[in-house]
Amino acid sequence: MARFTIRVNRNELSTESPPDRPLLDVLREDFGLTGTKYGCGEGQCRACTVLIDDQPTASCLTTISSVDGMSVTTIEGLASGDQLTALQQAFIDMEGAQCGYCTAGMIVEATALLKRNPKPSRTEIVDAMNPHLCRCCGYRNILASVELAARRSEAGDA
Amino acid sequence: MPERFREDLCEPDRKELAEGPAYRFEMDRREWISSIGAGLLVTAAGKVVFSPGGASAQVRSSHRLHLGEDGSITVLTGKVEVGQGSRTEILQAAAEELRVPPGAVQVVLADTAETPNDGSTAGSRTTPSTIPVVRRASASARELLVRTAAETWNLDASELRVEAGAVVRAGNRFSYADLARTKRLEATVDDNVPKGVPLREVRNWTVLGQALPKVGAREIVTGAHRYPSDITRPNMLYGAVLRPPSYGAQLESVDLTPGRELGAMAVRDGEFVGCAARTSFEARKALKVISETARWRRAAHPSSEGLGAYLKRHAQSSAGGRRGARRRESGDVDGALAAAQTLEASYEMPYVQHAPLEPRAAVAEWDGDRLTVWTGTQRPFGVREQLAEAFRLSADKARVVVPDTGGGFGGKHTGEVAIEAARLAKAAGKPVSLRWTRAEEFAWAYFRPAAAFEARAGLRGEKIVAWDFTAYNPGTAAIETPYAVPNVRTRYFPCDSPLREGSYRGIGATGNNFAREIFMDELAGVVGLDPLEFRLANLDDERLSAVLRAAADRFAWSTSRALGRNRGSGIAAGFEKGSYIAICAQVRVEEGSIEVERLVSAFDCGAILNPGNLRAQIEGCVIQGLGAALSEEIRFAGGKLLNGSFARYPLPRFRGTPPIETVVLNRPDVQSAGAGETPIIAVAPALANAVFAATGRRVRSLPLGARQA
Ligand code: FES
Ligand code: FES
Repeated sequence: MARFTIRVNRNELSTESPPDRPLLDVLREDFGLTGTKYGCGEGQCRACTVLIDDQPTASCLTTISSVDGMSVTTIEGLASGDQLTALQQAFIDMEGAQCGYCTAGMIVEATALLKRNPKPSRTEIVDAMNPHLCRCCGYRNILASVELAARRSEAGDA
Repeated sequence: MPERFREDLCEPDRKELAEGPAYRFEMDRREWISSIGAGLLVTAAGKVVFSPGGASAQVRSSHRLHLGEDGSITVLTGKVEVGQGSRTEILQAAAEELRVPPGAVQVVLADTAETPNDGSTAGSRTTPSTIPVVRRASASARELLVRTAAETWNLDASELRVEAGAVVRAGNRFSYADLARTKRLEATVDDNVPKGVPLREVRNWTVLGQALPKVGAREIVTGAHRYPSDITRPNMLYGAVLRPPSYGAQLESVDLTPGRELGAMAVRDGEFVGCAARTSFEARKALKVISETARWRRAAHPSSEGLGAYLKRHAQSSAGGRRGARRRESGDVDGALAAAQTLEASYEMPYVQHAPLEPRAAVAEWDGDRLTVWTGTQRPFGVREQLAEAFRLSADKARVVVPDTGGGFGGKHTGEVAIEAARLAKAAGKPVSLRWTRAEEFAWAYFRPAAAFEARAGLRGEKIVAWDFTAYNPGTAAIETPYAVPNVRTRYFPCDSPLREGSYRGIGATGNNFAREIFMDELAGVVGLDPLEFRLANLDDERLSAVLRAAADRFAWSTSRALGRNRGSGIAAGFEKGSYIAICAQVRVEEGSIEVERLVSAFDCGAILNPGNLRAQIEGCVIQGLGAALSEEIRFAGGKLLNGSFARYPLPRFRGTPPIETVVLNRPDVQSAGAGETPIIAVAPALANAVFAATGRRVRSLPLGARQA
């Protein structure tokens, strides 16, 4: 057991934990941030995606010790207060969620994508999102959601 | 005149839930006596009876609709939301008949202590059964409010109007909240309320028929929604359960001490072994050291090689009641076959997994002898029954709550995880959260049945004059041909299944329609007719013909058939659970892999309740069907799965999802049917037929990707 401190959604949080425990478990069980989901625990579904220093990362494969002192953003940390991000709003508007269990991972991934590439082509979106599994197979609406968010952000920036 | 919804076409499939509870725990004598002492009705068979007027009279689950004095409107149904959109459409139904904006209505789903028992959320029954019930209840409530206002004002009800949650008469206005205060309206509206109040006609709908965004979407996109695996309770522990190393293995001995030495709670009860700890990491660690001490007696188990032949060898021919073999015959099949040009073929399909993205999960909490379980299941009342049976509780002592859940697809009808969590919580004396691992979900949930088929038909010119169809094990949904054939024999044999099997999207219809629609293509080839024309020539079902034509038109079928080497198009159609699907697909077959280049579906499920949700359901269902058609196949040997992980069991992903067009035929004159299942039944045969058009090779078993190579 050791003490680990990470910055989660702009808050310093610390926990007493074995060093090899998955970040996913720490977020959900120690910090009560259940928005990040378990789908497989082996890097194959990306439902557990969080941003670690802005990099989308599978939290199920990330040990708590490897992120000690780093900054983590989860789905709960994207909106500012009641103000949804363009992506969150687009997922509502385009029916981007069916059961919604994959949605947190999708939105976190797409947040990073749009940050590094505000106007991605459809192929670029597919390449970035492909590791994510949506078992409801809402892929087309998810793509449409990301595209809508990109368009709106562009219109907003112009 | 609106067509009557055909109940007979919605019979629950024979594959549904043929098994008892997952565990039989040792009986605790004290509990048994105290439950008798309390006067609860436990039948001789050990079952608790849940009749509303009987043992569970105290269970207050007959409320359908609640109008609060504060103006709140709450609709209650026992249905669950697993992504199919039930919550949103139920809300629309209530708002429509109550004449209130959708934002004014709350929907409470699937809580056995609070909601009516609306059966399982399966068989596409929410739309044809629950939506009308909610509409009728809401219309009755509205009528009751109008009458209340009329009495108060001493007027005739016909002089009053209802708008935006109020009864109105020239300048005077009674809100529903006012009315709820003036009369005793907080109780059930099922009793003593006007019956037979007309429902709003489809052409006058203002809330139904609209693409209302998903209710609860905001909680989903912000991560605030709590799925079953996200529920937390004070002092809650996390659990883990020991699984056999192979199917059929029996536990001979196990030592719990090493797990306890790590600080975990550990319990054995018969075949059940599990532990719970402060974190799931600790629980898994403890389970691992316990599992290393376990000794098992293995059992022989067949492999997935030669599965079709295995099923035929293990067909149950005896009449086994509702779930048994069956045979239907009309006309003179043998006579017609003898006088016709004939063709025979056989088909096979493997087991596939639902793999909902949220695995089975439950949180169980005991308060004395009262048990509450939050869990993801499509059968809340069925699971309550399983819990009551496993723990020898009366109905009113067990409560099942189903938070909106991360996917079902027919795969969450059972209550194993609820029982396991409850057993752990009982041993720990604290609430326990248990979430299956993906490996557990693959191996220990149940599968869509594997199946084999034999088809024989007789042709006269372009007409099918005889049809002889035998299905081994897929389930009975859509087993009867929708084509107009005078002489038909249909046989169904359930088989001893090597794996645990159960419902799935469309279940039996996926197999029966797969075999039939490929066979139709083969027959078209014998006759020398275009597969579309051959189908139309043998159909007198106007709605099925209409979806075929609509799909073909949008696809430009007549000019898209012959596309040169390795590229071709296929068509298939089907009817099930009150709705109609036709699909045209174009594929390219290259070096053993099949690429779907484009796909058009046409669908008719009667009057459309929510076009946005409908489209999402059709597309999701079709894309899910691409996986089962092209790549999914559970393989097993020596009692173990060989591919029970997302890495080894390829599912549809972004890449490979083809351009899809969806044509929805709105039929306001016809009662709405569900849409979450039927679209899948035409996917695999359309692709198999396209592969034939592309390569000239007829593939008669699934998955096509592995079989055509
Ligand atoms: S849970 Fe982390 S990738 Fe699936
Ligand atoms: S919406 Fe259900 S898994 Fe994506």
